This record gives sequence, C-alpha cells and structure tokens, in this order.
Amino acid sequence: MDRGVVIIGAGQAGFQTALSLRNEGYAGKIALLDDEGRVPYARPPLSKAYLKGTATAESLEYRPAEFFVQQSIDLVLSDPAVALDRRRQMVALRSGRELEWSSLVLATGAHVRRLPTSGKEPFCLRTFADSDSLRTHLSEANEVLAIGVGFIGLEAAAAARAQGKKVRLIGAEARLMGRAVSPFISAWFQKMFERHEVPIRLNTAVKRITEAGVELADGSVETADTVIVGIGVIPNTELAAKANLAVSGGIVTDSYLRTSDPSIFAVGDCATHPNVYAGGLTRIESVQNAADHARAVASTISGKPKEYRQVPWFWTEQFEAKLQIAGLAVEADETEVKGDPESGKFSVYNYKGGKLKFVESVNQPAAHIAARKLLEI
Amino acid sequence: MPSITYISNSGETRTITVDSGTTIMQAAVRNGVPGIVGDCGGECQCATCHVYVDEKFLGLLKPAAEDEDAMLALTASERKDNSRLACQIALTDKLDGIVVTTPPIQQ
Repeated sequence: MDRGVVIIGAGQAGFQTALSLRNEGYAGKIALLDDEGRVPYARPPLSKAYLKGTATAESLEYRPAEFFVQQSIDLVLSDPAVALDRRRQMVALRSGRELEWSSLVLATGAHVRRLPTSGKEPFCLRTFADSDSLRTHLSEANEVLAIGVGFIGLEAAAAARAQGKKVRLIGAEARLMGRAVSPFISAWFQKMFERHEVPIRLNTAVKRITEAGVELADGSVETADTVIVGIGVIPNTELAAKANLAVSGGIVTDSYLRTSDPSIFAVGDCATHPNVYAGGLTRIESVQNAADHARAVASTISGKPKEYRQVPWFWTEQFEAKLQIAGLAVEADETEVKGDPESGKFSVYNYKGGKLKFVESVNQPAAHIAARKLLEI
Repeated sequence: MPSITYISNSGETRTITVDSGTTIMQAAVRNGVPGIVGDCGGECQCATCHVYVDEKFLGLLKPAAEDEDAMLALTASERKDNSRLACQIALTDKLDGIVVTTPPIQQ
C-alpha cells in the first residue's frame, strides 16, 4: 500500500517536487515540511529585486497558502523533521508527530557559511528573513562592506550601490565568481564594479569579525556600518548522515537521484549527484538544478522512472549586466568572444579538447538560449 | 482593477480580477489557475508561463523584449505568433478583459 511522499525542505526543489507530483497525477498523500514558518517562496529575488525594493514579499510566494490545501499537500511550516527511521519508514518531527513514507525526498538545501564572529552579527543572504532585515537596514546605511566575490556577494554589493550606498568588496579568491565563470568574465565584471565606484580587494582572506570590525588575515581591520557576508553555503546533510545514508559533500545519489536507500531521494542544493555535464558526481546550487531534479524525482515516484540529465544553466544580475551561463565552467583551453564586450552585449564560448563546454552571455539572451540547446548531450 | 480570462487547453475558462501591475503569471499562480507554472518566479528565465494571447489584445501589448523573445524559443508547446510569456505582461486597466489560452504543456 502507498504510504505517501514526505518532502523535507520547501525551497525551490521541495516545492517543485510537490507541484510536479500532482502534475504527474500522483494521488497519494504528500507532506511538505519546512522550518521557516513561511509559505514556499522564490529565493533568487532575495539578492536582487527584493533587496533593491522593487519586489514585494507576496510576489515571492510560489503559490498562496490555499493552493496547498486545494492540492491536498500537507504544508507543515513550523515543525521540522528531526530524525529518519529508515526501518519503519517514518520521519520524526520536533513536536513528536511522525509521518510515514513510501518515498522520502530530502530537499534540505544549505545554510550559509559564517565567519567567526565575536562582535555584531553581520548580514547574510539565504532566507527571506535575511534579505528582509538587510533591506530594512540598508535604508539607513551609509557604508557597506561586502565580503565574498561569488554571485551573492556581488549581487548584494550591486544592489546596495544602486541605492547610493558607498560600497566596497573583499574576496579571498583571485577573481570574481571564480568557480562559475571564465577569467574573461571575471575581469569584465571587475571593471564594471570599478566603473560603479565599488573598489574590490581580491586575494584577501577575512579571519574573523570582532567588536573592532572585520579582521583580515594580515591583522588589519576594516570597518563599515553594514557588513554583508556571502562566502558560500554548506549543504544540510545532518539528517541524512544521522540515518547512515551516504554523504560526500552532499547527500550522494544515483542518476535517478536515489540515495543509498532506494526509498529516499535527494534533490537540489543538498544532492551530490552524477551529472553528465560534470562527467561525475557534483553538487550544484541553482534554480535549474533544483527544479529539474524535482521534476525527475516526481516522475520516478509517479511510476515513470526518469534519469536526471539536463543542461545546467545559471543567471545573475549585477548593475546593468545580466549574465547567463549555460554548461559548467571548466578551465578552458580555447575561448572565443562573440559580440563587443565594450558595448556590454557579448558571449564567451569556452572549449576544452575541441569541445564546447560552457557559454557565458552578457545581455545576450538569444545567444544563451541557443547555447543551452547547443550543449545538450 | 483589470480582469483577465484564462482558457485552458481543454476549453475551460476562468475569469479573475486583479490589482493593476500584477503580471498574467502572478495572477494565475496566486489564484490557482492551472496550466501556468512560473518556475523561475517571474525572472524570464524558464519559459514555463507560456500563453497564447487573444489576437484582439495583441496590439495593446508592448512587443516582447529581447530576453522574452529569446526565451520563447524554449517553450515546451509550439510557439505561435501570439505566444508570450505571462510573467512579462503586467495587467493594467487598458488590458481589462484580456483573454489568454494556456498551451497543452509547459515543460
């Protein structure tokens, strides 16, 4: 007998799993658990439109609360899962409530990496509450120091600068968005930030945050009335590890996103999965990855087993630049720039061993879409 | 407050009234209109809010911007001359009574 599906985590991946299960015609019980106390919402605008004040809280909600009632999705928002009993196929919630499963989907996401802090807690960006408190605070801020030169640090810095704040950036890495883009794109974005009068210090590690300010590895201290930390996330794997599921970086799955227990799946940011574009196991933090994982698992649970093999794509918005990336960044041995970088509309095609590996498009959406098709394996 | 009518692929209609400024995608998902997904939350990144706009209203719309036009190449159902992404069309009193048809599939 089908005991239903329990989904732990109601971010992009968890929400999409529930939605796709119903779209696939799955008629069993679905419970969708989270601990943020909010109806599932979209995170991308938290470091973009919401932070800039051009989006409302309501506009972030994927669906209104009534939708979950209409779809018979049991939305449990303030009673997080605390343990998995694999033998009995039961999830224990904090309140003592238990939920049975035939399929369990771990969509536990990730939490922000923090710096050792003894002074005022800096701002970070992961949840609605994080973005909302930063947005409120920014209205009165003068000087912003953003730590981290990945997508989040740069988007936050650009959003603050767009509101007229004095902003500077510090990053431990040698170039902007180093994990995700080519050196050409890193350099182009660095110039753009400089044009917007945002000075950037690279190769500069932060040791800790104290009462005095932000202490760098060389012992010097930087101060600002607002400090934002965007130095990456750590996948939430505790539940899986405690239940003795295989964990390596994230929760390890096969190509169907099944964990080492065949009744348990992992999707989205928390899943270390075989990715045909990475040529092996990897973990990816993106909307595309989360939504496509969810759809594959919903299909499998509904009786139509589906391997995950979608082209990865990403986007970011910083100042006037919308950067879209198709494929996964590798160290390329050949790059080709099409369009005119000076005009702010161009694409970078990155090859390795004669094969196109990833394409970065700045304000060239058509090139990005074409690239997604071009890269399909 | 403009009203909008959604016609499903199988012919069911649903009319709702929304605040000006609400997009056709937001109006659908907030009111449980099936057939519109909106994966990316309205960022013009996923092409899962594809609609066919009634010809009578097409002329009242601003033409699709470059990113919408590009994204329309990725719709799961056939792109037609009246294909648009619902997240890129904000409803106003001028568009009161607009009719859109949702495609057979979105993804």
